[in-house]
Amino acid sequence: MRENGILRIIARFLIPLIMLFALYVQFHGDYSPGGGFQAGVLFAAAWILFVLIYGLESGLAVIPERAMFVLSAAGALLYGFIGLLGVLLGGRFLDFDPLLENPKAAQQAGIILVELGVGITVACVVMLIFTMFVRRRGELGQAWHPEEHD
Amino acid sequence: MELLGHYNYYIVVVLMMIGLYAVIARGNLVKKVIGLNIFQTSVFILFVSLGKISGASTPVWREGVELYSNPLPHVLILTAIVVGVATTAVALALAVRIREAYGSLDDDELGGPYDQDDPAE
Amino acid sequence: MVVAIAVVQVRDLFSAAMLFAIYSLLSAALFTVLDAGDVALTEAAVGAGISTILILAVLTLAPRHEKRHPGINWPAISVVVVTGACLLWAVSDLPAFGQPGNPVHTHVAPYYIEHAYKDLGVPNMVAAVLASYRSIDTFGEVIVIFTAGLGVFSLLSVRPTARKSNKPEDSE
Repeated sequence: MRENGILRIIARFLIPLIMLFALYVQFHGDYSPGGGFQAGVLFAAAWILFVLIYGLESGLAVIPERAMFVLSAAGALLYGFIGLLGVLLGGRFLDFDPLLENPKAAQQAGIILVELGVGITVACVVMLIFTMFVRRRGELGQAWHPEEHD
Repeated sequence: MELLGHYNYYIVVVLMMIGLYAVIARGNLVKKVIGLNIFQTSVFILFVSLGKISGASTPVWREGVELYSNPLPHVLILTAIVVGVATTAVALALAVRIREAYGSLDDDELGGPYDQDDPAE
Repeated sequence: MVVAIAVVQVRDLFSAAMLFAIYSLLSAALFTVLDAGDVALTEAAVGAGISTILILAVLTLAPRHEKRHPGINWPAISVVVVTGACLLWAVSDLPAFGQPGNPVHTHVAPYYIEHAYKDLGVPNMVAAVLASYRSIDTFGEVIVIFTAGLGVFSLLSVRPTARKSNKPEDSE
């Protein structure tokens, strides 16, 4: 779809917009509807749009697969780490109160960090699943016609 | 008026049954997965409509608003949607593998014995 | 509802996927009318975006048309009708739609509605409940989505072997 002019122009305009909107939704989860899941899915959708138009290799050059693996685990680990931090500082698991002095500020900080972890993991997992499906198509093409790919 | 108070739920039940029919009656695996998703979405509509209060607003705190809709079903459905997409992804991956191993995605062709697994003669 | 019936009946799977996307968008609009902002956003992004993309991705790997089954599937229709009738009868027992005095709005919900902004300083009650009051459930959900990624990875990372019917000589 690289040659289709309309798609390219619109995509060039939309993809950064969607990513920016995903970041907005992520960090304004406290004040308006939004939060980690929505932001993660939106970011992944922007990347999928990029791959649909420019191809999988370009997509993987932007966000390499290794980074997707590491980040998806890192998001969940961040969540668990915040929980353990609550334990280490004297409270229960995932208790946000001991993190800072002001309990309200501590809750807000905890919520932002936790949602960040969720958003990162969701985005990376969705991108990873899409990559798996698309790459399967390429591999199937190779496996069924091996005489063309020597 | 009982009927008017409940028509929301009736429509949800009809949607559920349409999804259930797709899961049971259609043989194609992808169509089954789509039917499962329709079923899930109709259940979400049921839960969210349970939580709505007439004349209330979205559960985001604002000045001057007294009545809020119940936020608890929203929390539940948010988690359920994400789990639903996870299940759909794994189900579709299974469908891809089934298609490769057995050559077809239709129930009738997947049931009987066939010789693709026997050692070559 | 019309869209849902169309999704089931259509035999071209590509059209079914597009109709499914329309269905998801319509239910997202319904969620907005029902005062569920977060849920509408998530359903629109996930249902109309990710699920449709995944179904289309599978359709590139599978035949596009469904097989035609002759006749009407009577056992399935009877099961669906009986289940539907039972559910309709059960749903009539629910309290009327939208009344503030419903049992679902008592017990825990008023506590959350009153205290979410005072204790946490967070206006979005849904996010407050998700991330602070019921944080462990959200943790479990992150694990679930991560496990789904693992599952898809383990299913689809094995190289596909050539189907035996494609090659005249036997392979392994």
